[in-house]
Amino acid sequence: MPASGSGRSPVASAIEVRDLRKTYGGGVVALDGVSFAVAAGEVFALLGPNGAGKSSTVRILATLSAPTAGAAFVDGIDVAARPREVRRRIGYVAQASGVDPTATGRENLILQGQLYRLPAAALRARVAELLDLFDLEAAADRAAMTWSGGMKRRLDVAMGLVHRPAVLFLDEPTTGLDPESRSVMWEEVRGLARQGLTLLLTTHYLEEADQLAQRLVILDGGRVVAAGTPDTLKAGLRGDRVSVELADRGQVTAACELLGALPEVASVLVDGTVLYAQVAHSASALPSLLAALDRAGLAVAQAALSRPSLDDVYLHATGHAWRGDGPGGSRPGTGGDGGPGGQSAGGGQRAGGR
Amino acid sequence: MMEAAADLWHLFVRLVRANLRMPVFVVISIVQPVIWVLLFGQLFRAVTALPGFGADSYVQFLAPGIAIMTALFGAAYSGMGMLADIDRGVLDRLLATPVARGALLAARILYSAAQVAVQAGIILLVSAAVGARPHGGAAGIAVVLAVAALLGAAFAAFSNALALLTRRQELVIAAMNFVVLPSTFLSSMMMSANLMPSWIRAAALFNPVNWAVVAARAGFEGNWQLLPRHLGLLAAFTLAAAWLAGLSFERYRRAG
Repeated sequence: MPASGSGRSPVASAIEVRDLRKTYGGGVVALDGVSFAVAAGEVFALLGPNGAGKSSTVRILATLSAPTAGAAFVDGIDVAARPREVRRRIGYVAQASGVDPTATGRENLILQGQLYRLPAAALRARVAELLDLFDLEAAADRAAMTWSGGMKRRLDVAMGLVHRPAVLFLDEPTTGLDPESRSVMWEEVRGLARQGLTLLLTTHYLEEADQLAQRLVILDGGRVVAAGTPDTLKAGLRGDRVSVELADRGQVTAACELLGALPEVASVLVDGTVLYAQVAHSASALPSLLAALDRAGLAVAQAALSRPSLDDVYLHATGHAWRGDGPGGSRPGTGGDGGPGGQSAGGGQRAGGR
Repeated sequence: MMEAAADLWHLFVRLVRANLRMPVFVVISIVQPVIWVLLFGQLFRAVTALPGFGADSYVQFLAPGIAIMTALFGAAYSGMGMLADIDRGVLDRLLATPVARGALLAARILYSAAQVAVQAGIILLVSAAVGARPHGGAAGIAVVLAVAALLGAAFAAFSNALALLTRRQELVIAAMNFVVLPSTFLSSMMMSANLMPSWIRAAALFNPVNWAVVAARAGFEGNWQLLPRHLGLLAAFTLAAAWLAGLSFERYRRAG
């Protein structure tokens, strides 16, 4: 066990988290027993709405926060017991940008490298390389306060990479970015993944996790509610989904019982006035579902059918529909929230509050 | 140790560079003390005529006092920079690197000390131009700068401690405003102790700002026998402030 031994985990995953718990002052439970492991070279996502515990998990892994209980390991090294060794191995890109706005991009990178004690000549070369890689050369010697949000975010990532870490944490790397900057960032992440970097990214965008992650866990209320590859998670649902929104809230219970009794329907979940029916083939099931509701005199406001998505995985795991950051939040580019440091019980609150 | 010293230097350079990038700030921090010297020097010029004041030239009396006042005002709001780093996520980003923890705080204290020492030097130059003479010679000038730096370090440390404990700009400003002016006037900065009401003279004995004023004036006048005790008290005060700031930083990190 890590507590009794040298602090090295017996199974050396790049990242391992065991039954992690975190309660902040005031009794706010951010993490309520989170466990997962990330293999070296893997792109792994923590997916969840604001307040799910994503940032809290990453802050513990980045040595910024001590867990209330449980253990976390990077490269097999216990984060709580040997934080200094962990810091040399990791790059940390926080949810709130860590760019010093009064310094230029180059100065930001150089200071970062100096604090990792990189030799001056090697550091200059590395900084030039990163400015080139992230397409920041043109603005490199301007104060970062004059940069666009997307450029600052790329500088954040470049700063996290200056010392060539084995593991990079990206906490909400695209929150608040416009769609174009977001797709640029996705390309950067894919490029880093191809170089064999271990990447742990958090996101509240379902599509982002689906696009980038080889494996993911879905966090909700400080717990892991689902884990696997995007494909296996979706396949695990077996079948399609029909969603039916009722016109009258008072008829929800009756409609739920009615649909649940139909032979085509495997299960029904309710969220407000919307019923989600799990069916083998949505296109053939839809007419009979609507006909059954019509016969029973239950008015339908609208109906839709869909192939399984991570929305459904989330819905299935938590029993409530995805509300990443408000209406439309699951679709990058249309998110209502915008700014970084959105409110959450865990990381967001801290990012905004201190 | 070497690594910590290098970290401290790099972080110190960052702060110096940030302020030099704000020409308005540089100009104000030079012009303002000059105005103090010229304004107060004129306004209170007649006080030396009061029986028992104990000095012939008011500018001569005032110069070390204004050097200390500038140190106090210049350092008291140092915690605002720490709060800006916290709010911008810069502090967290730095804490995730192997940087020596203490250097993050020490750089701000050192920066304030250096800044107010430079300002004190400018004040002595301006004062010399209007007739103040450092009777303590080069050693006396060094004492004024060192005392300004020590007091600046102490108030920078307090300011950072407040910032780390409260994480609120308004509270740092309010608390420092509450301390700065009263401690200025409960000292012999502008008025000879001989002419103070007895209760203020008594309060001044326990006022670190007054220790700094007395020590700086002792150096400036070459009045050496007053120096050791006041310098010693001030150094102890500065150490206590630094210790408190260190505790606050630890507390901040543990709350993470």
